[in-house]
Amino acid sequence: MEFVVISLLNGITYGLLLFMLSSGLTLIFSMMGILNFAHASFYMLGAYFAYQISTWIGFWPGLLVAPLLVGAVGAAVERYGLRRAHRFGHVAELLFTFGLAFLVEEIVHLIWGKVAVDYRIPEELDGTLFSLFDTDFPIYKGFMMLISVGMLVALYALLTRTRIGLIIQAALTKPDMVEALGHNVPRIFMLVFGGGTALAGLAGVIGGNAFVTEPGMAAAVGSIVFVVVVVGGLGSLGGAFVASLLIGCIQTFSVAMTLSITDVFAVVGIALPEGSQVARLTITQLAPVLPYMLMVAILIFRPRGLMGARES
Amino acid sequence: MTQPMLEVADLHAYYGKSHVLHGVNLHVNPGEIVCLLGRNGVGRSTTAKAVMGQVLAKGGIRFKGQEILGLKAYEIARRGLGLVPEDRSIFPDLTVRQNLMLGVKDPRAVGRWNIDDMYALFPRLKERDGTPGGVLSGGEQQMLTLCRTLMGDPDLIMIDEPTEGLAPKIVEQVGIFLEEIRKRGISILLIEQKLAIALDISERLYLMGHGRIVFEGTPADLKNNAAIRKEWLEV
Repeated sequence: MEFVVISLLNGITYGLLLFMLSSGLTLIFSMMGILNFAHASFYMLGAYFAYQISTWIGFWPGLLVAPLLVGAVGAAVERYGLRRAHRFGHVAELLFTFGLAFLVEEIVHLIWGKVAVDYRIPEELDGTLFSLFDTDFPIYKGFMMLISVGMLVALYALLTRTRIGLIIQAALTKPDMVEALGHNVPRIFMLVFGGGTALAGLAGVIGGNAFVTEPGMAAAVGSIVFVVVVVGGLGSLGGAFVASLLIGCIQTFSVAMTLSITDVFAVVGIALPEGSQVARLTITQLAPVLPYMLMVAILIFRPRGLMGARES
Repeated sequence: MTQPMLEVADLHAYYGKSHVLHGVNLHVNPGEIVCLLGRNGVGRSTTAKAVMGQVLAKGGIRFKGQEILGLKAYEIARRGLGLVPEDRSIFPDLTVRQNLMLGVKDPRAVGRWNIDDMYALFPRLKERDGTPGGVLSGGEQQMLTLCRTLMGDPDLIMIDEPTEGLAPKIVEQVGIFLEEIRKRGISILLIEQKLAIALDISERLYLMGHGRIVFEGTPADLKNNAAIRKEWLEV
């Protein structure tokens, strides 16, 4: 019971963080048709910016300023990079974002070095929120949840309750028609790209100190975010939300499970031969592979993802 | 002589390497309904898209006396041109009301039309106010896409095959509605394949063939010229 509740809370916290990353990625994809390989790089930039700002003026200003800076960088990348690359087709755009991911990593190496920086949880948030049975639930995880849910509500309100949200929704499916109605679609693209990367930046700000802020963090989370977007269905915000929580929970639950494959098969009444290396692997050891196995299964049995509309 | 609302001169357009328009010349005067006729694939839709800035083109396109070739589609729309595309391009997940609101370019401006005018003209749309656009019938979608463009208060609208796939009764309604729009001072470039409403409502007609204008005249001229009709229009 204790295990289930705590893992569920951890899974939701992690899942919400994943959604903050994947929501931007999936919005950018469905509107512009660009699979942004550099999306997780903006997550990393968010963490490093927040770290830098925290050494100067503290964590709280960084919480606000770092995502805005990342969003500005993202908007500039769209305006001066992607928009030019767009003229040469989707392959050029894809290669552009691919190159950008490497570029950001090298820049991070140059400025902050190759080892992890000391980006810490602020003291006010360093402690125990509540204790459940024998496990402590840290304040910071509660804070991460709060920020993520707040962002979720704000994003939903923006998309469904405002005029610009309406234009964005329409441009998701028919950008040409929206432009012919007199809306500045190139500017909307820039705003969505900037907004999406700012969300990734925000995820970096609150995730960077919960985990580790180091140059490999973009690559570490980047592939998982792609799994989320593919499983949820390319271009579907609802799908990305479900998939984020699903994968967040799969990862936290599996990491804590010490059952081996032999045990799992024993439960369903199949006895595996003794002595096999594979059969002795525990679920914990398999944890990193599980999201990818899920993605492969989805691609085989439901290629458009859980809630995806288009197959492209 | 008054200045034409829209003047297209020696317009050439390309899809990749294929040359689709070979020097199209046409004009629409203020408050006039002009019909652009022709069979499928002769370049009528491409002409409209080129005017709207959606297709790469060369030549001259003057709107209200100003050159608009090379402007972006949204800039052209903001100058007062509207396009009702052949596929209607309804936003399927958005409601009828949301579709109409998207036609508004500037929420602060007061145009010739507001949503109540639209609902007065088409009570059917009012009934379906909260329905997603994707589930409307073909006729309802045609009304919706027309109204959506009008919400942006255009001075000239190009309407691509509004009667395509509609029942004769509704085709008649479309004709009446276009007359109504014209009465409010809006010029119309009507793109059609059939003579259905074209002969009744338009002042002048252009006939297109192989990316060129092959005939120009009044509805009476076309009626009397069986050879031209046979060569370029009838199947």
